[in-house]
Order: sequence, then C-alpha cells, then structure tokens
Amino acid sequence: MAELAINTGRAAGPAKRRNWPMELNALFGLVALALIFELAGWFIRGDSFLMNWSRLSIMILQVSVIGIIAVGVTQVIITGGIDLSSGSIVGATAIIAMSFAQAGERNGQEFTDAVFWAQGWVDLPVMVPILVGLAMGLLAGFVNGAVIAYTKIPPFIATLGMMVTARGVAKWWTEGQAVSNPTESFTALGSGMMPVVIFALVAILFHLILSHTLYGRHTYAIGSNPAAARMAGISVEKHLVLVYSIAGMLSAVAGLVAASRALTAQAGMGQMYELDAIAMAVIGGVSLIGGRGSIIGTFIGMLIFGVIISGFTFLRVDAYYQEMIKGAIIVAAVVADIYRQKRRGIVD
Amino acid sequence: MAKTVLKTEGLTKHYGGIHALVDADFEVREGEHVAIVGDNGAGKSTFVRQITGVEQRTGGRIFFDGREVAFKGPLDAREAGMECVFQNLALADDLDVPANLFLGREKTLVNLGPFSILDKRAMRKATEEGLKRTGVRIPRLDFPIRRMSGGQRQGVAIARSATFASKLIIMDEPTAALGVQETAQVENIIRTLKAQGISLILISHNLRQVFDLADRIVVFRRGHIVANLRKEETDGSDIVAYITGVKTQNTAAAMM
Repeated sequence: MAELAINTGRAAGPAKRRNWPMELNALFGLVALALIFELAGWFIRGDSFLMNWSRLSIMILQVSVIGIIAVGVTQVIITGGIDLSSGSIVGATAIIAMSFAQAGERNGQEFTDAVFWAQGWVDLPVMVPILVGLAMGLLAGFVNGAVIAYTKIPPFIATLGMMVTARGVAKWWTEGQAVSNPTESFTALGSGMMPVVIFALVAILFHLILSHTLYGRHTYAIGSNPAAARMAGISVEKHLVLVYSIAGMLSAVAGLVAASRALTAQAGMGQMYELDAIAMAVIGGVSLIGGRGSIIGTFIGMLIFGVIISGFTFLRVDAYYQEMIKGAIIVAAVVADIYRQKRRGIVD
Repeated sequence: MAKTVLKTEGLTKHYGGIHALVDADFEVREGEHVAIVGDNGAGKSTFVRQITGVEQRTGGRIFFDGREVAFKGPLDAREAGMECVFQNLALADDLDVPANLFLGREKTLVNLGPFSILDKRAMRKATEEGLKRTGVRIPRLDFPIRRMSGGQRQGVAIARSATFASKLIIMDEPTAALGVQETAQVENIIRTLKAQGISLILISHNLRQVFDLADRIVVFRRGHIVANLRKEETDGSDIVAYITGVKTQNTAAAMM
C-alpha cells in the first residue's frame, strides 16, 4: 500500500530540523549564569563562586524545599493550570503537623505548652504528623482540583481562594501562636541534607511517572488540547482532581520538611513559595499555556534559581535588590515563554 | 450484495424550533465509500453528530453492524467500531504520533490504575503498522504533532481512525483546511482505505473529490436527504442542481 503514498517535499523541511528540547536552553542558561557569577566573583571579590562546596550545598538546600513544591506545580502547569495555594498549604500543614509532632518534655521539664497537651498527644510516633500533614495537603489539593474541574472556574481564581483559606486555617489552628519543640524523629525529616534527599526522591519519582505512565501521558494531553483529550475518552475532570491533589500533597511534604528544619512552625510559613515554585518551572521551560515541560526542566530551573540567589549573596548584593531582580527574572521567563509560543506559531 | 454496515430510518434532530435534520433514511454497505454533500447548514454535520452519539437524536432509528444502537456518546460509537475524523482534528499538538494514535486507549505493561506503565514500544510498533496500512508517511514518529504539516496531521488523525475502526470511518471535511498537495495526500490515504474494504462516510464540499473517491453520493438540503445517487448515474451539474434545490428526489422536502 505504501506505493499509494506520495512524498510531500514541503513537510520534509520542518521535520528534518532537530527536536530541540527546552531543557537544553535552560541548561545553557544555568551554565552561563554560573560562569557569569564565577567571573564576577574573581573580578569583584577575588574568590571563586563555584569552587566552594559549602556554598553549593547551602544553595541546593535553600531551593530544595521549594523544589518539592515545584515538582507538583510543574504537573499543574502542564495541564494548563496554575496553583497559587502552595505557599499557604505549606503554612497550614507545617503548623498542623507540628502540633502532632511535639515532644512532651523540654529542657528536662514537662512541656505543658504543647497544643495537644490536654489530650496527651505528645511524643507521638513520627508517622502521625507525617500522615496528618499529607492528608491536609491532599485535602486542600483535592478541593482545588474539584472546584476547578467541576465548576470550570479558572485555576487562578480557585487556587487564589485556597491560598487565602489555607492561610486562614494556619492562623486559626493556634490563633496565630507558633508551635515548636518537635520530637527528635520529626526533627530528622529536615535535618542535614534530608531536604535535598527528599526533593531528589520526589523529583525522580514524578519524572518517571510523567514520562512512563498513563497519568503522565494524560497530563500532557489535557494541557495540549483538553477537547481532544475528552474526545479520546480521557476523564479530564477526574484527572485534574488527581493532578491538583498531588500538587497539594507535595506542598504538604514541603511544609513538613520546612517545619522540621525550622524546629518551629508559624502560620506565616511558606509565604510566596508558590511564586518561586512557579518561577522555577517556567524558567525550566514549562509552558504556562500547558502541554509542555518536564521535571528535568524544573530541576534545572530550580538550580538557576539557586545560583541567582546564592550568586547575589556571594556578590553581597542587598536582599532588597535580590527580590527586585527575582521579580524581573520571573517576568522575563514568562515573556520568553510567550515569545517561544509565537515563534512556534509562525513555524507552523 | 454486501452487508449493510450503517442504516438510519427517519433520523430526525430538532434544535428548539429548528428542524436541522428531518426523516433521514441513509445506508452504507460494507466496503462502500459514501459521500455526503450539501450547502452549509444543510444538516450534514448534524447527521454525523447523531450517528456518532455526539448529540442525542430527536427521533428515528439507527442500525449499526446489524443491530439497533443508541450510542450515549462518541466513545460508545468508537467501541462499536465506528471512528470519526473530526473537522477540528482533535489531536494533542504536544504529543508525538504514537501518543496521539493511542490517546485514551494506551497499551500498558503493568496495570496500576492511573499510574499504569505505558508500553511505548508496542504502541510505536502498532503505529508504524497502522501508518503503513493507511499509506500515511510521517518522517519522524517521535516529533510532536505541532511540528508537522497540515497534511501529515490529518494523516495521523485518519491513521488513528483506520487503526481502530473495525467497521466504519466518518470524515467530516478532511481536506477543508489543507493545501493542494496535502489534499492529494489525504485523498490517497482514502483510496488506500477503499482498497482495504473499509467503509467510509465522507463529508465534503469538493465535488471533484467526491466524484474521485465515492461510490455513492447523498445530497442534503435544508435538513432533508434530497438525492441518493450512484456515481455513475450522475455528474457535477446534476449534483449542484440537487444541492441548490433545482432538482429533488424527495417529495416531502420539495413541498417545503
């Protein structure tokens, strides 16, 4: 039957060009940035930026907690959505989980300030705060997903609502009081390089899930063309609920790690984490329009983020300037994304 | 005489007070390629939406593969062996060819519910076979659909239908958005389907194409079927006369 087919010379043109992955662009950006800071370091401070193991490990430690969130946010963005509630979910899960993770003793005295002292819920096994925290995140994500999928309101609005609500829950839980004095086993969750290990496990797991399972395939399909996905028999609504639930749960993981690391949980924890996580994803080539991106890209985006923060600190750029520059970088990444889309449109 | 694949009796669809489709009696036999022509708003697409279950009919009966059917949605129709190539393609632009071909019916290695592991190798192999069978040529299967020409994209959409359709393919204006060369490519694919004995309903505005590809031509006008002609018994001007209402075989429609 093949002889019936005709060759279309026109089609061969664009198809011959290489399939250039977005991740490579991000990787070049990462290398370029690192080299710029390295050079600037030698010129301005007479010191190497990269040849400093403790700086690099602090850098990756700083970004891994938000990196865990970014893994979930990446999946949400691939479906064409957005999640603004991650930071607040971090705050809510941190404070709720911590209240189940308190030790009954502090400095050799009974710790009667524990949130559940009256109930006797102190020195609980570490699985209790972990499961409570994960359940909280899952619930918040589930609500996000259900509202978005079934009421069809924009993800931006739905998760903005959750952002305010979850922050409210965090403040209400202890009426604004910080919760501290975790058990040793809970402290272990965020100590040393544990946040990096947890990030790595989460990132590898979801990289495999996105690239090798039905879930991943459908996530990309929905972001690419929701109507086609629906026509192909994919239950778009159920899938969205699953994606947002996973994102919520990963925010909870970040909340647990952050609380454990800080040894105390406050209602304000995780503020603006959602924007940093979104920025990591977008810098790593995840398209805000949906359908494109990967965990590898987000990982590179996370490293770029880390290099920028750590590089500016290394060059002793004031923290205020750092924030301003960070904001500009986020906008630049989105502009670059839109530019890429437009160029594609012309190529098509 | 060949077996009847699809048959409708008195198929009717009203949208509020608008009678978009009235008493349509229609038939496709095994291996037959039937073209549906008619002016815009004549009821062609409405007709397709009723038989594929995209919409629920107001009245009439549909028989598919020898039994009466009432598809609740396009998925039911698909399961029964009827595939539709939609006007708007319905492809996921960011996925590659095998991913699009198997979208919604992926082959899996290990069943873990939504986290089932994809059998990419098997899907790729089946895609290669499906493309070969339909005569669709795609240089690189692992490129996202976005990177392909209109003809190649339509080829993928048709190959998807042909890979899974066991009984009938419906194409709604498959070349409407394509250039001359790409149209020729799609027409060749349709000839390949004919050679393989797959039944087809082709909706087209292009009379040259209709005469090239179809065995039988059915003309819709204002929701009625006004003509049902073998290709040999008619010609272009005759069809145009039916389309514009100068001629009719349908006395009920003529009285309107």
